[in-house]
Amino acid sequence: MVDVRAGAGGFHPEDFEEEEVPHPRSWWTKYVFSQDAKVVALQYAGTAVFVGLIALVLSWLMRLQLAFPGAFAFIDADHYYQFITMHGMMMVVYVLTAIFLGGFGNYLIPLMIGARDMAFPFINMLSYWTYLLAVLVLLSGFFLPGGPTGAGWTLYPPQALLAGTPGSSYGIVVMFVSLVIFIAGFTMGGLNYVVTVLQLRAPGMTMMRLPMTVWGIFIATIMALLAFPGLLVASLMMLCDRLLGASFFMPAIVQDGAPLANAGGSPILYQHLFWFFGHPEVYIVALPAFGIVADLLSTHARKNLFGYRLMVWATIAIGVLSFMVWGHHMFISGMNPIFGFFFATSTLLIAIPTAIKVYNWIFTLWRGDIRLNPPMLYSLGFIVTFVVGGLTGLFLGNVVVDVPLNSTLFVVAHFHMVMGVAPILVIFGAISHWFPLMSGRMLHDGLAKLHFWITFLGTYFIFFTMHYLGVLGVPRRYYDLGQTAFIPPSVAALNIAITVAALIVGAAQFVLIYNFIRSWRHGEAAKPNPWGATTLEWQTPEMPPPHDNWGKQAPTVYRWAYDYSVPGADRDFIPQNQPEQGARA
Amino acid sequence: MIIAGLIILLVIASVLFHLYSPWWTTPIATNWTNIDSTLSLTFWLTGVAFVLVISFLGWCVWRYRHHAGRVAHYEPESGRLEMWLGAITAVGVVFLLAPGLIAWGKFINPPADAATVEIVGQQWAWYYRLPGPDGKLGRADARFVTADNPLGVNPYDPNSKGNLIVNGGDLHLPVNKPVKILLRSIDVIHNFYIPEFRAKMDMLPGSESYFWFTPTKTGTFEILCAAYCGVGHSYMRGNVVIESDDDYQKWIAQQQSFTQARNGAGDRVRAAARGPGED
Ligand code: HEM
Ligand SMILES: [Cu+2]
Ligand SMILES: [Cu+2]
Repeated sequence: MVDVRAGAGGFHPEDFEEEEVPHPRSWWTKYVFSQDAKVVALQYAGTAVFVGLIALVLSWLMRLQLAFPGAFAFIDADHYYQFITMHGMMMVVYVLTAIFLGGFGNYLIPLMIGARDMAFPFINMLSYWTYLLAVLVLLSGFFLPGGPTGAGWTLYPPQALLAGTPGSSYGIVVMFVSLVIFIAGFTMGGLNYVVTVLQLRAPGMTMMRLPMTVWGIFIATIMALLAFPGLLVASLMMLCDRLLGASFFMPAIVQDGAPLANAGGSPILYQHLFWFFGHPEVYIVALPAFGIVADLLSTHARKNLFGYRLMVWATIAIGVLSFMVWGHHMFISGMNPIFGFFFATSTLLIAIPTAIKVYNWIFTLWRGDIRLNPPMLYSLGFIVTFVVGGLTGLFLGNVVVDVPLNSTLFVVAHFHMVMGVAPILVIFGAISHWFPLMSGRMLHDGLAKLHFWITFLGTYFIFFTMHYLGVLGVPRRYYDLGQTAFIPPSVAALNIAITVAALIVGAAQFVLIYNFIRSWRHGEAAKPNPWGATTLEWQTPEMPPPHDNWGKQAPTVYRWAYDYSVPGADRDFIPQNQPEQGARA
Repeated sequence: MIIAGLIILLVIASVLFHLYSPWWTTPIATNWTNIDSTLSLTFWLTGVAFVLVISFLGWCVWRYRHHAGRVAHYEPESGRLEMWLGAITAVGVVFLLAPGLIAWGKFINPPADAATVEIVGQQWAWYYRLPGPDGKLGRADARFVTADNPLGVNPYDPNSKGNLIVNGGDLHLPVNKPVKILLRSIDVIHNFYIPEFRAKMDMLPGSESYFWFTPTKTGTFEILCAAYCGVGHSYMRGNVVIESDDDYQKWIAQQQSFTQARNGAGDRVRAAARGPGED
């Protein structure tokens, strides 16, 4: 066995002590225009949760239409497609990306690596305000004539720019403008996270001693910095096509019997650019979740993370490979079908490092001392839903099997499991795990468990059963199934059951919000390091940590992040900043 | 404790749901049985993986749940175990991929004797074009679209003359004859989708795509559009009728050629211009 804890950092603690964080002078600079990464984190997360609630309500409206077609007069086809589009785009970009990188990234990176703040606190603040502007521009679509775009979250041309799609006059423009602003804001934040991880690690905190949370966020951020430019150029080119009469993506087209002025553009080119961003985006959401869940499992099973080094390499391998698989979204797009061989192979290859991660999470529990508290429950829920979503990915990645399933509810079920439910369960787990650090109080255990059970069982029912409608062939993005020969009446019955479950799951989210607010004010006071965790964020002098995180003395790191239940130690965990001498009784 | 039992219960419930689900593939009506067999192979392999992995998870949670006196084992890694697991996964992946790629090889190579039919999408309707007796389709481009030439067939291409244009009716195809479908759109992206046929493909404006199949069952099959194409997307329907060769020949005999369709439309236009009673 190799000692993975070995390794030393060439740092000079004396340099480190001289660092100063900008001290806020007023309430405004402390809580609003704050440069404290922890405040920026809460701003990011709060805004993302707000957007998430809108997206949740939109999903209710879509589900109502699917269960009771035509029963609600205001959900007409235009609105339905606008809801789908805004729901999808909000969830993927404005909620999940923002919460994992802007929220957890900001809160946890400096604390977990032993830094006092981000490398560029001012840029960090600017990143949040730019994100907020992007959100406002996005939401403005609801108030413009014609409403937001209803082009589907993929925004494919030519359809997105033509009159047959709702919101093609103003909605589509604000959508792309908002994306451009989002990417600008993200780039500021992202560069900041990368520089911070590379430059501001505490003395002794080698890369191979970083907790998986930091690794996940770090690799995801690098990926996002490389992937978002694809979306950026696609957005700018679409804006040119829409506003300046360019034809990047517009071939010769006839509308209402009359030819449009465009000619020569390629709709497929857009799809390549979009999915060059879109596939890595899945892992931009997933890798931070993978990292966080590894740390939650290890802490609450009181056991070292199994196979840390392989986990790091698997993370890097996934990051690299996921830039080579975008074509699996385009198997039946009409691109040269020869590409199918390549993209099917690269996609199934990525299953190997991903599977290794799953095994290692489970082997972390194996022979552990498992505490079944809320963070652990959410993590277990994550493993179950992620395994289902990962396995159904093998169907869609295996080119010829994708042919019948593509564009059916199988796809909707698959991606909701793998990048909707699974990462969101990790977010809930992370909230319940780090709540004491953020607030100094404990989250109410019973309410958290209630929320877990409803959310986990409800979403599992919704999306597990939905796969089978897809196998039958029920298409996605259908406002109305109407009378379709191959669809039996039992489909309508299942659709009603799914909608009821979706309404209950949605309502259960208010239990979490209530619990959060209630516990923040009146929760039981948390002991320092209540979970007995090894990572640095729990070793701060105060809880919640002060603006400069560490007070007088910043930490020095002596060991990896997973010294749980070390034989011979006097406690079942040894914090990363505890020197070798003190570790044994 | 509850969670361990529930995880196991979830595995059992999922397997039972799979076995008793009334929702499964529609009866297949083409030669693409190897798509179905790859699909069911994938269900089997991933099903076994699901049961093993999740049951082991449930067992671990039950077996190693906290009670007083339990101490977790300390073992940072085990190279051998990790190697074995990685290797088994890799083998599983190869078993899935190999039949998939072989089937894909068939899917993208239409047989040489396949008949050719063109399907054109437009918001939100389907049009069809069949070659005349010479077996050739004239070229087409959206820029040629006019009221009497809704498919944009190139009127200057000699191969266009005998082409049969089906505007508004069903598409008929003979059973057991392979057919290569050429796909095109004159506005946005559509997708020609019949669940019973398994095969589907996007139809693009500005370029042509294709796929092929051999119908193996007679009957009428409903076409759905499977690429979101605007507010009318879910209403973009049509029918394909698969019939015996005799019936198919009768149907063919009734179709109008491109030239006839244009002249006919031209006659009507001229008649309308002259107005009634002026003859
Ligand atoms: C319980 C929670 C949720 C419910 C009930 C729900 C429901 C739906 C429904 C009904 C659709 C339309 C499916 C169709 O095309 O017919 C949809 C689409 C979508 N959802 Fe969700 N959703 C939920 C959560 C999420 C989350 C967390 C994500 C984040 C990844 C997400 C991402 C998407 C995306 C990307 C689409 C596709 C939009 C499109 O087709 O353009 N959803 N959802
Ligand atoms: Cu992908
Ligand atoms: Cu269509």
